[in-house]
Amino acid sequence: MTTPRTLFDKLWDAHVVVPETAAAPAVFYIDLHLIHEVTSPQGFTELASRGIAPRRPDLTKATLDHSTPTLPADAAGELPYHKPEAKAQVERLRENCKAHGIEIFDLGSAQRGIVHVIAPELGLTQPGMSIVCGDSHTSTHGAFGALAFGIGSSEVGHVLATQCLLQRKPKTLAITIDGELGEGVGAKDVVLHVIQQIGVNGGTGHVIEFRGSTVRAMSMESRMTLCNMAIEAGARAGLVAPDDVTFEWLSRTPRAPQGRAFDAAVKRWRTLATDDGAAFDQEVQVDARRIAPAVTWGTHPGTAIGVDQRVPEPADAAEAKAQAYMGLHAGAAIAGTPVDVVFVGSCTNCRLSDMRDVAGVLAGRRVHPRVRMLVVPGSEQVKREAEAEGIDRIVRAAGAEWREPGCSMCIAMNGDLVAPGQLAVSTSNRNFEGRQGPGARTLLASPLTAAASAVAGVVADPRTLAATEAA
Amino acid sequence: MNTAVNIIRSRAVVLSQANIDTDRIIPARFLSTTIRTGLGEHAFADWRKRADGSVDPEFALNRPENAGRSILLAGRNFGCGSSREHAPWALTDAGLRAVVSSQVADIFRANALKNGLVPVVLDEAVVQSLMQRPDDELEIDIAAGELRTPDGQRHAFALDAFARTCLLEGVDELGYLLARGADIQHYETSHRESSHVV
Ligand code: SF4
Repeated sequence: MTTPRTLFDKLWDAHVVVPETAAAPAVFYIDLHLIHEVTSPQGFTELASRGIAPRRPDLTKATLDHSTPTLPADAAGELPYHKPEAKAQVERLRENCKAHGIEIFDLGSAQRGIVHVIAPELGLTQPGMSIVCGDSHTSTHGAFGALAFGIGSSEVGHVLATQCLLQRKPKTLAITIDGELGEGVGAKDVVLHVIQQIGVNGGTGHVIEFRGSTVRAMSMESRMTLCNMAIEAGARAGLVAPDDVTFEWLSRTPRAPQGRAFDAAVKRWRTLATDDGAAFDQEVQVDARRIAPAVTWGTHPGTAIGVDQRVPEPADAAEAKAQAYMGLHAGAAIAGTPVDVVFVGSCTNCRLSDMRDVAGVLAGRRVHPRVRMLVVPGSEQVKREAEAEGIDRIVRAAGAEWREPGCSMCIAMNGDLVAPGQLAVSTSNRNFEGRQGPGARTLLASPLTAAASAVAGVVADPRTLAATEAA
Repeated sequence: MNTAVNIIRSRAVVLSQANIDTDRIIPARFLSTTIRTGLGEHAFADWRKRADGSVDPEFALNRPENAGRSILLAGRNFGCGSSREHAPWALTDAGLRAVVSSQVADIFRANALKNGLVPVVLDEAVVQSLMQRPDDELEIDIAAGELRTPDGQRHAFALDAFARTCLLEGVDELGYLLARGADIQHYETSHRESSHVV
């Protein structure tokens, strides 16, 4: 009898080129290498300095997302780059791809978008794969049962040169979420709740497998939101075992195997589940019924509370400092806090389902006059599909801005900034000091909560708003 | 190619806050570069300078007595957040050679090691006590895997055997991987059918 293995064990074993020993890590094979303009140039430079070419340009896919403007080109066709260095990064990636025959989803391509959005849309992301990108939110792809993790620029060079990485086998953490989610509660609320429970370092050194009835009932979009934020718990990667929901998604993608090859692939993919009796290094249980729409009060993603709760007493000096930075007061209800900016976007919450959530709230309503609201679809495809449903018109009619796809205010590299001291409710993944611009203050929330807050002009409970009639 | 390193001797700079993230270490607006040098001046940019652009004389790295110190004593979970290697590039460019903390985030640790920045993980209590005496000259001995204080305390820290060899001998990881070309070739040939990227 073979020893029962976890999904992670199966993924790990399938990619070991040279097993690890006490003296050296494993040589680990990468099936798909995604690159973008910010973290790849130094990797290419490293190869050039050694006079070597990428080993598998066919397994490398590039896109432009972090530094790109989210405002359209001017009359002369010039994109409004925020600074010349941003344009230089974009051009460098184009040159590198051209020189080495790497496929790039360039500006103007109907398939461009945030790297973690387009690969799943295209079906490049598939169960059983190992996927890396010079970007920590590569964990998103784990939603398909792929082992996907972020790497640094030196490692980008390693993968370009050898299609491999040196890796020590991480530990495993099972997070089992059971029960039905309440009204107005989604994957973002679940994952913020989980990070609050286990801590922003609770997953360090581990790969998380999200399991349980709540996860099984989730759409692919929701599973991606969940895995996206595994890194915010410090985890190496997040995973969800592939099932019919996964296969249905893939069956509609252009780059997944087609026809007979697809059926054969599904058969293989079905084996990618944790075996009964397989052991995890750690296990955590979560009761989904107890999760409320979540918002954060601090300066790391582990500070979520229910939107109907009060800002907690600071547990230590660091928490007191965070509350001072945020301008929040212990004991005060977080709902009702005035909001300056609402950002809907980022690889956490920028997919069609998120756009629909936002449109559902905004339809027939107006964004509060105090609030600047940006809605940034994650990809050209999301933008196209949302526009086909009239979501752009609803967003604009409500007084919010409908932008071109990209990372935008999630990382604030492209000129989309929250001004110093302003408070933003954001559907992105990081509320670190200054993440959305120097001095910017960020509350993380779901698209529903963000949209409800935009309308109310204050942090608002989407369940309460739902009760009030749209005009 | 890394240069070999064994002993790091220095007084420490203290940043006691927990969860210092990579956006703190180097804010995203400084990532619009295509090279890896010259980032030191932006290390902890939003702590070094106040909102009005003036230098904050109270910030640890701005204090004259801390000039030239190469060991950073930091709160728990240092380097969490983004995978940006710009973080260790900025720290090494600012003259740091080691980060001592009770926990160092995974991706940051891997990135740090590739740039000769040594992650030294010790018990929280030990880190706290070291933080009380930043003017003690500490000695980090990579071969022995210990940090020594002037009063004779020796604190062992774990370092992956391979990481240690790389630091001590200046081994270049990419060179090591390139030398496994035959194994990689064999893997590719025997796993061809499981790869679908088109
Ligand atoms: S949207 Fe934000 S988290 Fe996602 S890839 Fe872009 S910058 Fe990173």
